[in-house]
Amino acid sequence: MTSPGLHRCLRHPWWALFFSLLLIALCSIGMGKLYFRGDYRIFFSPQNPQLLAFEQMQYDFNKSDNLLIAVVPQDGNVFTADTLTLLQQLTEAAWLTPYAIRVDSVTNYQHTEADNDDLLVADLLYDPASLTPDSIARIKQIALQEPALVNRLVSASGAVAAINITVQLPEKDQNKEVQDVWQYMRQQTDDFATRYPGVEFHLTGVIAMNHAFASEAENDAKNLVPLMLLGILVMLAWLLRSVTASFATLVIIIVSVTSALGLAGWAGIFLSTATINVPTILMTLAVADSVHIIASAQFALRRGDTKLNALHYSISRNLKPVLITSITTAIGFLTLNFSEVPILRDLGNMTAAGVMLACLYSLVLLPVLLLLLPLKAGKATADTHGAMDWLADTVIRYQRLLLPGLSIFILLCTALISLNKVNDEAIKYFAESTEFRQSNDFLEQNLSGFTLMDFSVNAGQSNAVNQPEFLAAVDDFSQWLLAQPEVTHVNTVTDVIKRLNKNMHGDNQAFYRLPDSSEQAAQFLLMYEMSLPFGLDLNNQLNIDKSATRISATLRNLGSKELTGLEARALQYMAEQYPHYKVTAASAALMFAHIGERNMASMLKTLPLALVLISLLLIFSLQSWRLGLLSMVPNIAPALVGFGLWGLISGEINLALSVVAGMSLGIIVDDTVHFLSKYQHARQEGRDAEAAVRYAFHSVGRALWITTLVLVAGFGVLMFSGFRLNSDMGMLTALIIFIALLIDFLLLPACLLRFDNPREKHHV
Amino acid sequence: MYKPLCRTTVLLCGLLLAAAAPADDVAKGLQIAQEQKARDTGWGDSESELIMVLRNAAGQQTERRMRTLAFEMPDDGDKALTIFDEPRDVRGSAFLTHSHPTAEDDQWLYLPSLRRTRRIATRNKSGPFMASEFAYEDMTSFELEKFAFRYLRDENCNDQLCFVLEQTPTDSFSGYSTTHVWLDQQHYRVQKVDYYDRKNSLLKTLTMHDYQQYLDKYWRPHKMTMHNHQTGKSTDLLLQSIRFGTGRTEADFDVNALERAR
Repeated sequence: MTSPGLHRCLRHPWWALFFSLLLIALCSIGMGKLYFRGDYRIFFSPQNPQLLAFEQMQYDFNKSDNLLIAVVPQDGNVFTADTLTLLQQLTEAAWLTPYAIRVDSVTNYQHTEADNDDLLVADLLYDPASLTPDSIARIKQIALQEPALVNRLVSASGAVAAINITVQLPEKDQNKEVQDVWQYMRQQTDDFATRYPGVEFHLTGVIAMNHAFASEAENDAKNLVPLMLLGILVMLAWLLRSVTASFATLVIIIVSVTSALGLAGWAGIFLSTATINVPTILMTLAVADSVHIIASAQFALRRGDTKLNALHYSISRNLKPVLITSITTAIGFLTLNFSEVPILRDLGNMTAAGVMLACLYSLVLLPVLLLLLPLKAGKATADTHGAMDWLADTVIRYQRLLLPGLSIFILLCTALISLNKVNDEAIKYFAESTEFRQSNDFLEQNLSGFTLMDFSVNAGQSNAVNQPEFLAAVDDFSQWLLAQPEVTHVNTVTDVIKRLNKNMHGDNQAFYRLPDSSEQAAQFLLMYEMSLPFGLDLNNQLNIDKSATRISATLRNLGSKELTGLEARALQYMAEQYPHYKVTAASAALMFAHIGERNMASMLKTLPLALVLISLLLIFSLQSWRLGLLSMVPNIAPALVGFGLWGLISGEINLALSVVAGMSLGIIVDDTVHFLSKYQHARQEGRDAEAAVRYAFHSVGRALWITTLVLVAGFGVLMFSGFRLNSDMGMLTALIIFIALLIDFLLLPACLLRFDNPREKHHV
Repeated sequence: MYKPLCRTTVLLCGLLLAAAAPADDVAKGLQIAQEQKARDTGWGDSESELIMVLRNAAGQQTERRMRTLAFEMPDDGDKALTIFDEPRDVRGSAFLTHSHPTAEDDQWLYLPSLRRTRRIATRNKSGPFMASEFAYEDMTSFELEKFAFRYLRDENCNDQLCFVLEQTPTDSFSGYSTTHVWLDQQHYRVQKVDYYDRKNSLLKTLTMHDYQQYLDKYWRPHKMTMHNHQTGKSTDLLLQSIRFGTGRTEADFDVNALERAR
């Protein structure tokens, strides 16, 4: 395959340079339009059913985006004058949090009690200066008996208390809004920590999670990209042994990244926890093209060609494989478009575009740079070639052992795939070393989980929430929920109504039950609502026409299977017991629990499509059905082995891992293409399979070894991310790419010797 | 000729005042508020029918109906009795308030389902009234002692020249840090109110519509719209009818009279 256009570039290098720079500039200007989003909604498309249910619930009731501050006194008792004072002051300060619409704590809990014909409604603790041992004892007794507080805002042991801030973000600049909330509360807790030494604060909740998403992405950008650049520089210097060649490659890598980011900016794509690593991935992928072109040119220089001729030779030799491998890699990344997760689609498209740009720059700009800069031939590394020849000999000698042995190994690993299960827990996306994860783990052990599941029970008619039969159903459901092992707390309006019924009957404990008539329930609520302060109303539990109520269950931190299981059980219970009420479940955790499964299902559907496309491309480029079909073995096997081994290593498949199969397919195909095209070249020159395998190892073995090393290192760098979606993806992709090389070196030649050997056929 | 000139003069005065010392703004603010109060004094008693239309951010709406009897107290806060008609399950509930300029307001609720009256003993008055966007404190009688006033500027509102006053509640239990009130300069009627929450963010805006004059003197808006900027919810308070001089006496606003109210 030759292209007159590419060769003409070399004859007019300055023009080629000019137009390349123009293209790079035009693309890269778009980088100015890039912005960052760190909120959890970027994981969900606007049509996602769980997102729609969640948003509907937020329309019907108030928002539930929250920041929870756990307050942990050293002496293990929050019911002391000091800690109660702190809680009261921090609660007051919490009201000043940007976008706060509600603050709940032990101190501003609206305690109701009867005094003859008076209904007293007041903060449980209003004036800390007036605290006495008696009043502290009273507060403790009330707080630890109040179902709305225990296990939610105070631990049953009284060792940990919490303040929950509900925020209503305007959602104009989500990232900034989250930062504003976080920064304010961080400042406050830091101040309080100096004023009350010995008290610890932990921040968690949806805002903390959004903040963690953003800050982990920032850490990735700050730490991984420089690490990656450094790694590539070291490797290039070692591989190419030429400052110029390394410099030219570095230029290609950087302009590929800036162009891809710029195009994303023009396309209106934003940066996120997923796409923040596009530069790292792209750098890795772009290296291979340049290394192949430079290696060929250096080979020609060593045999005595002029620099111009060496570059012409290199372009002729590499045009086809570079183009084909770039296209297959792009196809692999484009399969991400079938993902349910918008930011993974962005990742796929940005990388695919970047890979094609890198291909273009490697073929046009790189030769021009090499022509204009001084280039040395570099030292030939005979040792690796020697190693490759030895490997060829070994594979040929043990072919009859390798083929069945590796086949059994692959089948075994395939069986291990069943050890994996889909699991998406937003909390577990964060490594145990991250602050967010530590706060959550602490809270789960000492107060309650961070996972919420909200249920809306809708009777379909106005003011139905006051009807005794409706309240009885809600109460029964709340009790059922509380009895589930996964549930630690249930916030339900029936607890409020029972308490009011008791208050209205002179605090007689016998009346701590649901009222007898809808009039009573309605009138008690009317009275209660009239006596509440700003922000502490019931609008977060009752919808506007009082046809529905929201019940919030706090859960232990569960895996996605357990979470969807609880959801299904709850909905089934209500459908059987109270079929006339419409019940829906929604929460951020539930959205993540479902997205993993949905994403996996859609990715599994697209995988065969990608495989067929890539195989057709190989059949077309090799112009051989037999080799094309044979190539499917080394293309499919690495993912099977990789996922099988993953079952042993971790066994958890999250969002990012479900796209690894498609993504890595496009990359590992490259090795096969290079190996097969060299093998085929030798065969066409009339050599037999054995000699062709030797030739393939000798001519391309070292390049494959090097590019694999670069790719494994590149994806390996992602393992240092504190964000498990990125680190797991990096680790598994690196693993699969490495396995692919082993299979290309061991199984593919064995297959070729067995199935592409006419002489052998005659014997059979 | 006369009107634009006058307007310019007022504007000029306004500009001059704005540049003057803050103490003058405080004095002017109080002066305007006193005039506002003075113009709404002497109406005696009234009886009105009201509909509340509640809307959530998605535009769904629901209604509440009630009647309010009001009795002016010359040397104290006004007395008011609100009887709920809809929703049906609170029908006949009656809410009596004796508001006081400085002391806490007295509040009682008669609950027909219990056939009993309960006093609401709380200092809270910033919560939503019947789950609407109005708080009790938005609806209680206007007393000078409840606020610190400051004149801010002159500004056009609803095609009239208005005073803009800053009213800062003196009660620490208020849900607001401050409010900005637009009063038209001709009749001293409230045209618009911006409510700021404790963190000084704009929380709600109240707009008055369809003012009508009664007894040749007293202006009453027939539609008040409260829009919550933070949640996107809103409430319309529609005045269906209002009568003055109903012949009620102070005794009709006694706690013991609550159970007779229908």
